[in-house]
Formats: sequence, structure tokens, C-alpha cells
Amino acid sequence: MPLTPMRTDIEPPSGQPASSRATTQPILEISGLKTHFFTDDGVVKAVDGVDLDIYGNRTLCILGESGCGKSIMARSVLRIVDAPGRITAGHIVYRAADGATIDLATAKQGSKALREIRGQDIAMIFQEPMVSLGPIQKIGKQIVETILLHRNMSKAEARETAIDMLDRVGIPDPAKRYEAYPFELSGGMRQRAMIAMALSCQPRLLIADEPTTALDVTTQAQILDLIAELKEEFKMAVMLITHDLGVVAEVAEDVAVMYMGKVVEKGDVYSIFENPQHPYTRALLASVPRVGMKKKERLPAIRGMVPHPLARPSGCTFRTRCDSYMPGTCDQRQPVLTPHGNSEVACFLHTQGADND
Amino acid sequence: MTDTILDVQDLEMHFPIGGGFFGGAKSTVKAVDNVSFTVFRGETFGIVGESGSGKTTLGRCVMRVLKPSGGTITFNRKDKPAAELVGEDTGHLKDIWRDLRMVFQDPQSSLNPRLRVLEIVGQCLRKSENLKGAELADRVSTLLEQVGLRKEFLMRYPNAFSGGQRQRLGIARALATNPELVVADEAVSALDVSIQAQTLNLLQDLQEQFELTYVFIAHDLAVVEHICDRIAVMYLGQIVELAETDELFQNPKHPYTRALLSAVPVPDPRARNRARVPVGLAENDPTDTGCRFASRCPHRTELCRSTPPPRKQINGAEVLCHYAGEV
Repeated sequence: MPLTPMRTDIEPPSGQPASSRATTQPILEISGLKTHFFTDDGVVKAVDGVDLDIYGNRTLCILGESGCGKSIMARSVLRIVDAPGRITAGHIVYRAADGATIDLATAKQGSKALREIRGQDIAMIFQEPMVSLGPIQKIGKQIVETILLHRNMSKAEARETAIDMLDRVGIPDPAKRYEAYPFELSGGMRQRAMIAMALSCQPRLLIADEPTTALDVTTQAQILDLIAELKEEFKMAVMLITHDLGVVAEVAEDVAVMYMGKVVEKGDVYSIFENPQHPYTRALLASVPRVGMKKKERLPAIRGMVPHPLARPSGCTFRTRCDSYMPGTCDQRQPVLTPHGNSEVACFLHTQGADND
Repeated sequence: MTDTILDVQDLEMHFPIGGGFFGGAKSTVKAVDNVSFTVFRGETFGIVGESGSGKTTLGRCVMRVLKPSGGTITFNRKDKPAAELVGEDTGHLKDIWRDLRMVFQDPQSSLNPRLRVLEIVGQCLRKSENLKGAELADRVSTLLEQVGLRKEFLMRYPNAFSGGQRQRLGIARALATNPELVVADEAVSALDVSIQAQTLNLLQDLQEQFELTYVFIAHDLAVVEHICDRIAVMYLGQIVELAETDELFQNPKHPYTRALLSAVPVPDPRARNRARVPVGLAENDPTDTGCRFASRCPHRTELCRSTPPPRKQINGAEVLCHYAGEV
């Protein structure tokens, strides 16, 4: 595996990414998605009306704190939300390579169509590889299983492909590692093995849920490079879920910021980082200590904490922590995503004409 | 002000592995190997490293939760005789643990779920100062307010709190006995960005208020840079570089430090194409004969593989590398 980064960068905002996007149709269109959990204590609105488009050969980062619904949103796409969670509204339209579309939100659980897409067209990698890899089967066998399920190959060919994939993700001595059990590998190697498994069927969309959170920074850098490189090679769409602003800045082309089950702001990575519009995005960007920042300075922290999911504030959910809270407006209605500059933002500051930058 | 509060010399923590009930150990893991550093009163001393570098073990040795297999740890308290922690027996340690406290990483598992806040924070006061009843409740309420919690929380159980609040409870517990030195092991790693900022601010405020000294163990370099005065970088049980924060970040001298710094994701999309210092994968177990970083180092030579690197002093920084200052 190459040790130096092999990244081709995206165009800066001047080179209108929007126009080049318009010519291609999104691989995945999520609209009005609501995934609610019906618990004994009440309904937890984990995902509450999310609209997102995901395009081929682009990386969309979903940024949010724990409990904002970013993982549940991703799991909804593959329909692997555990009970008592249920998709209650919305559409997840997947566009196959031949142009055929299927609404994953309403596809019958266990149906052939859904099973064919899972693992083949849409693959997912998880945060903790030790939990997602079976502990008592060899790495190679687990990858071959996926390949045999989805691709028309003989066992010998599948083995070849698996070893080839292990080699592609930078595992040294892949033929030997093919025979290894997950516990014999280090954390970084396990994560690579999982990526190899996810990519073994050459998916068109890769969903990565905090793929590097459990890893060390040097390993994290290698894994992020690897995902970016494979994205280019296979013209894959990547949906990367993370809470780490640094990771977003490193790999994203598009960013969606989530707070309490809603997308509060989305746009291209430069707009989000250089011209954030939503108070939450701004506060989030200000509150991270950065390497090179003046030390010992107080960090501008966001006050308070995320409200309890069963006690959602009325109106805008961020209003309880927002410095620009406007009584009479923010607590009355829910703001909707509206275009503002290069991004879309859900905040009354921008729709009321009371723009106090 | 170079008042030394903690002086660690040649500290070793070797764990025997292998061997059965009768047989001797087959080999040893040198989790902490020949580590020396001093911490000055009132500063924040950072220890960074990746997982497996021995930073937590080092913190536990300093706390004397683990019994180091060699070396000395001298703890100089105000108005009290200096204590040598390595040979100390548990009876004495109980007294020392009033002045030497710890904040743990996981606020979930470090608080007993069956105890109320009053007990969690007040237990040590009950034991050490014989406080009871209303007096104890008063002291705990004051502590809660100092860490930004309401005193109505006194009779609640930990499960009623969020992660950030639990970490505040852990901090309140550490502060209960009015300590001089607090070892914070990954105290903010498990917290969300916005809560992490609040907690870092709180730690800084408390440091000013109570003249605390922190040993701050973390893997997040941005956090460490933000809060620490001096930083030790650990790699496989050794401190490979020890320097003042500015010097370390602006002028890293050890190849590992450089690799680590360049691998940190920067929250700025325009910085993404910056050059990165390549690091190889660890080939096999490092041997005692040479530099432990040699198999991953881009600058290695035969010398690195055959001879342990010397500790060099450059520009006030200590570097464990044959070619420090040259490459």
C-alpha cells in the first residue's frame, strides 16, 4: 500500500460542483425520512425528517454529536434498524446502475430485492470491527462468504478475489492473513479486513459509520486515505458518519450537520467550514481545540447539553442552547432547510431577514 | 518557579507473560521502560501516545495503583515530607491518595451505579475527614457547585446523568480531598465536542482556583496542545520526546512525533493536501537491541537497529533518537 497520500482533491467552491452534479443523478435520494423508536416511555424521534442526496464518486460526511441520529439514519438506509425502531415516513430511493429505482424505505423486509442490494450495491463498515466480524471464523472465509452470495464465482475465484482485496487494503502478506482469525489482527488490520469485506462486491455506495473512531491517528490517516483512494478507483459514493470535524475536513466533499434527528445545515465542505450559517455549526466549529491554536485560551463551548430525546423542545430543537434564540419565533415553528449561499440551512435567522452576522 | 511536585526516575513496569502455574514467565512486556520526567507545581504535564504506548500504565504507576518493577517516584507535597511512592506500603498510600487523585476516562464505568452522588463524591471525605450527615452533605453540595452541577443532584444515582455530567462528578470526586496533583487519564476522550470544550474549560478554571497540578494523559493532540504546558510523547513504553508545548508542536524532533503530528486531521478542508510524514506498519515485536521505532521509521539506518538510541538534549527538549536534530 502506498504510504504517501494519493488524493485527488475536489474543486474549490469557485469551480461550481453543483452544475457538474446536476448532470448526474444521485445514487441515493433520502427524502422526509423519519425513523422513530416506540419505547415504553414514549416515542423517540431518532431521525425526524431528513433529506439527503448522495452522488457517485463523492463523499458525504454526516457530522453530529452522539444521539443526533446519524447512525440510525445510516442503518435505516440498509433497513437494519433494531426494534422498537421503525421507519414511519419518507423515502429512500436507490438508483441502480441500470437506472432502475427502488424505495428502500418501503421494500419488504427480507425481500429478494432488498437482500440483493445489501452487501452488494450498498455496503457498510462499522465502528468496532471486532463486533462486526464473526469471532470464530477466519477472515478469508467471511469475505468469501460475501462474494459467493453476491457474485457469480467459483470458490477458487472467490478466494483469489478475497486475497486480492486484502492486498488492496494494505494488509501485508494477504495469503497468510486470509487464514487468520479476527482476534489475531490488530485494530487497524481488522478495520482493513472489514473494508476489504465491504468492498469485495464493489458496492456503488459505501456507508462508513465512524470507521476510524476506535483507531490511532496514524492508522486513522491510512484508513481515510484508503477509503478516498478506493472511492476514486471504483467511482463509489461514500457516506461517512463521524463526530470528528478533523476527519470531515480531510475527506468530505459534501457535509450534512445533524442535530436531534434533523439536518440543520448541508453544503459543500468549503461552505460549511468557511462560511457556516447555522448557529450550531458555528458553535461546533468554534469549540474544537485545534493544533496550532493559541493555548490556554478558554474554548467557546456550547452551553448546556443535548436535551433528552423524550423532551424535545418545541420549534427549533437547538433553541435551548442557541445564542441567537429569538423568543416568539424559534419556539413556535420548526425551521426548514432553505438555500442560503452555497449551502442549505434550517434556521430562522436566515428566513426572517434578521441576518445578524 | 521550578518547584518540583513529582519526580519520576528510571521507572519500569514489566509484566510477565506466558508460563503456567508452576513454570516461570516466558517473557515480559515492558509496558513502561526506563521513563524519567519531572512535573512542576502548578503546571499541566501532558502524556500522549497511541494505544499500547504505555501511557495509562504510566499514569497508574504514578498513582501507585500498580506496583512498578523498578525506579523511583518522588512526590513532594506542600508542608509535608517528600514521599517515595515506589516502596510505600498501602497504609501510607491511603494518606498520600488524599493529595494525589485521579480522573478516569470512562464516566460510565468509573461511577458505582448503586451509590448516590452523595456517597460517590463524599465517600472519601467520610473516611479521611470523618464527615457525617449535614456536614458531609454541605461539603458535597459545594463541590457539586464548583464543577457546575446543581446541589439538588445530591441524592440521585449516576444513571440520571449524561456523559458530561458524569465526568463532572468524577472531577468533583477527585477534588473532594483538596488534592495537589490530579492524574487525568483520557478525561475528555469519551465526551462529545461541545461537552469536551466545557470540561476542558472547567479543568482550567479549577486549576487556577485550587492551584492544581495536572498530569494529563490523552491521545488527542489538539486537546493536549490546548491544555498542557509540557508534553511527553510515548512510544512502546518509552518517552521518545519531552518538550514544552510550543517547541514540540512547532519543532518536533523525533520522527515519531513528526508522524503523529502530521497524521492529526486538521479541521480545515484547505489543509487536506499537506504533506504527510509516512509511517510504515510495525513489522514485528521491537527488540531490545535497537530503537523501538526503527521498523516504522523513514530515517532508519543499521545503527538504529543495533544500538538503543541515546537521550539527547536539543533546545530544551529531550529526544530519544540517534539522529535527533539531524533528520
